[in-house]
Amino acid sequence: MLDISALLEEIKNSPYAEMSVCAPHSGRIRFAPDLKEGLILSGPQGDFAEKPGTLLAHIERERNPRPITCPERGELVAVRRELDGQFVEAGTELLQFRHFLSRQEVEKRILQKALHLFLAPERARYYFVPAKDIKIKTAGPRSVFVHDGEELFIMSRMKRETPLPYHGPEGVIYAVYFSHAANVESATPLIGVCPPDMLPQVEEVVLRVQTEWPERS
Amino acid sequence: MIEIEKRLQRLNERLAYTCDIFADKSNAALGLLKSRLKDYLLQSASMDLGEQRRALLDLEEFFAASEEKLDADLTPMDKVRIVRHPQRICLRDILENVYDNYTEIGSMDEHSIDPSMVIARAYITRTRGKRTFNQSVMIIGHEKGHGEDFRNGGSAKPWGNAKALHYMQVAETENIPVHTFVFTPGSYPVEDTPGAAQQIAANIYAMASLRVPVISVISEGGSGGAEAIGLADRRLMLSHGYYSVISPEGAAAIEGRLRGNQRADADLVETCATRMKITAADNLRMGYIDHIIQEPNLGARPFHYDFFRSLRQELLRVTDEVSISVRGLPPIRSLRLRSRRKRAGRGLDFEKAYVRWNLPPSAQIRLVNKRHSKYRVLSRDAAPDNTPVSRRFSAVWQETGWSLYSHFMHDMLQKRRQKVAEYVDEVKSEWTLFFERILSPWNKLLDKIVGASERVNRETMRKLTELSEWDNNLVQRGGNWIYVSSRAREDRAVSCPNSQVHGCLDLWAPDLYGEFAGVCPNCGHHFPMEYQWYLHNVFDQGSIFEFAADVESGNPLHMEEFGSKLEEAKRKSGHKSSCMVFEARINDARLVVAMLIADFRGGTVGAAEGEKFIRAAERASRKRVPFLAYTHGTAGIRIQEGTNGLIQMPRCTMAVRRYIDAGGLYIVCYDTNSYAGPVASFLGCSPYQFGIRSANVGFAGPGVIAETTGIAPPPHYHNVYKALARGHIQGIWDRREMRFNLSRALLTMGGRNLYYR
Repeated sequence: MLDISALLEEIKNSPYAEMSVCAPHSGRIRFAPDLKEGLILSGPQGDFAEKPGTLLAHIERERNPRPITCPERGELVAVRRELDGQFVEAGTELLQFRHFLSRQEVEKRILQKALHLFLAPERARYYFVPAKDIKIKTAGPRSVFVHDGEELFIMSRMKRETPLPYHGPEGVIYAVYFSHAANVESATPLIGVCPPDMLPQVEEVVLRVQTEWPERS
Repeated sequence: MIEIEKRLQRLNERLAYTCDIFADKSNAALGLLKSRLKDYLLQSASMDLGEQRRALLDLEEFFAASEEKLDADLTPMDKVRIVRHPQRICLRDILENVYDNYTEIGSMDEHSIDPSMVIARAYITRTRGKRTFNQSVMIIGHEKGHGEDFRNGGSAKPWGNAKALHYMQVAETENIPVHTFVFTPGSYPVEDTPGAAQQIAANIYAMASLRVPVISVISEGGSGGAEAIGLADRRLMLSHGYYSVISPEGAAAIEGRLRGNQRADADLVETCATRMKITAADNLRMGYIDHIIQEPNLGARPFHYDFFRSLRQELLRVTDEVSISVRGLPPIRSLRLRSRRKRAGRGLDFEKAYVRWNLPPSAQIRLVNKRHSKYRVLSRDAAPDNTPVSRRFSAVWQETGWSLYSHFMHDMLQKRRQKVAEYVDEVKSEWTLFFERILSPWNKLLDKIVGASERVNRETMRKLTELSEWDNNLVQRGGNWIYVSSRAREDRAVSCPNSQVHGCLDLWAPDLYGEFAGVCPNCGHHFPMEYQWYLHNVFDQGSIFEFAADVESGNPLHMEEFGSKLEEAKRKSGHKSSCMVFEARINDARLVVAMLIADFRGGTVGAAEGEKFIRAAERASRKRVPFLAYTHGTAGIRIQEGTNGLIQMPRCTMAVRRYIDAGGLYIVCYDTNSYAGPVASFLGCSPYQFGIRSANVGFAGPGVIAETTGIAPPPHYHNVYKALARGHIQGIWDRREMRFNLSRALLTMGGRNLYYR
């Protein structure tokens, strides 16, 4: 059985993702002048992520300099200064930074490990069968207990509706990841099912994450 | 006691209003007002009622005298604060106090398609002897509503302007005059259908030839929003109003090169307001308004009933004047006008001097012609024309010659020729039918003997059975462009901006700017190209003949540093303005082209550009040839020219209207970025607008939209595909196929008066 508390502790001990930025193609690298370890980096911003993140370097190939910007917010850990002004191959690691996990990311990580995710078999619109749908709407998804092979969804594609049974361990529906009348890509989670004995533990950990997890700007 | 308190409260309100108008500026008279009121409040406790009344009367007189003194010291920016003040008169006050009765149409407070645009049917009661007349009028105007939130500060949305246009047309059907009241800081910059720019363009285009008298009264004339309802036979302006191409804050942000949320300091804003010549007196001197209506000291407020009376008298006088000036026989018209002007000088009460406002058809035509003539001569002094006198003289002769030639060839001769051709065609059709019926037994017999397939021509057979050939020369010149960009000489790679999305590989500049004509072969993104590329590759070789090249951009407002910047632009570009007008040919079909060059001050339009554009439209009209407006790029109206630039919106649109009404074909082609005034007038009014792929078309840029509406527009908001989906343009052209598309457009579109039809 998965020890969720241990998982949370593990994330707490290392509350970030180590990320590295690599050369997108071969070329001569020029790091941004104010780049130094400990610098706080920003990722793409704006309502449509239209403003690029912090400028990290320029890579020039065939007299065509292109900016390399930070893909996520975080803190700069190491810069490979020895590459400054050098010609590098595509995929060469240029720098490393730590991306501190946000509350949602931690929650997502825990739930991914704790829940059984039932994936959409193909791109379609999905609905719950009417009986379950009414129950979810009135009492919430956690009031629904599902068994292996139970007819749970209706898959609607090109106006053809096919019943779709649930396959997996039995438990309550902890989270619903699709919305009404929206197309869902194949292999995208539809629901997350939690074994009934683990439910209080999961709820407690999620609550702890929501209240205690420090957000870093 | 209550009366004294009320009077005291009014004084307090007057002082608070005066303080608002002068903002943070220190002013001795204002300080004195404050101290006198404070003294009165301290001393009044020890006064009896009679003394209080006397002291208050003194204080009121002192306030009136001080306000008069302060009024004389008002700067243009103070006037801007006056028109923006919530206590400023608004349209509803005018409807209540100027007209005898009114019905608001399509709105009840916030329950309206756009509460910032109010439409009303009103009437004014007048007398002649013992008879009374209720004269109907259509009222269209911006409503600021004394600061009501839902009025949006009088900033009309596109659908509000569409409503205004609809009721102008209703007024035209009902043959009643239109009174428009301009109380707007500018149009609300959203592209949602019908689109800010396109709707303003539609309004100006329609107003250019509206067959009823239009009188506009300007209080706050903010740029395109004002022009949407401001084109009129007579333009009146309130003495404390402003009429400008851009708000002083906007001008200061441009002048101070500010970005994002940075704010210009108050001194720079004040300086810009003064330099831009935005006041009523400035606009009267430049000729963009006809008359100033004097307001009370420090601006009209709802309790200034005398002001409403003088506004009513002015509206009556001017509407009468417009009607009289086009009704009846010419000598009678001028006599009536002269006598009324004389009597007006002697204090004639216009309410007792009834004049009919509905116009017979002949007078309607005269009215529209007069309106066009009025706008045609505006802003001529703002653009120096350095054409030598001999050339000007010969140009006049040439123009007369073309007009006569076109009239003879295309009106007189061609019409008769066409009639003959029609008769011949009809006879030929009948003869063919008759001949086929006679030959049909013989043909059937021949088919039986020889076989039908054998009788098919060899050439037809080849065409039907073999693959067709791509006519490279007609469409893309086989990649062998006559003009190749100088950037093609650089040995370097260029990245496509869509490489992240479409995975486009880097392109070698000689390929990209040479054979590919600046088009990414993977995703089709169009990199901006020089205007010369179009001159040489779109039109027939050696067919370009430039005219009006000596009309030069000037600095009519004598802006500091702008003169030198203009000289620099002229030196760098080799042009005297951002508009190049020329005659050219495409597959031997002649056309007149007006091109806005992005390299010259961002392709902005001022008095010179407007004048050249109008001359081009007139030339196309005289020669009966199509007229193409190719926008290499335009950032809008040139703000440094103030109202001299802004007035080009109605002027050029009217020229286009004359040309289209005369049966021409007006095509607009947008390239790179085209924004603001020109799109919201003479470009946006074309029924045939096309965009070169990857171009952006719109009213205001993303920054202005985000600042004004508080909502950041999504990426590619102004892209031509979006513009096409919104119905703003009619098609998207590939740059390499522009010659082919244009040639096809000349053959398939347009009015009756094109010589090659």
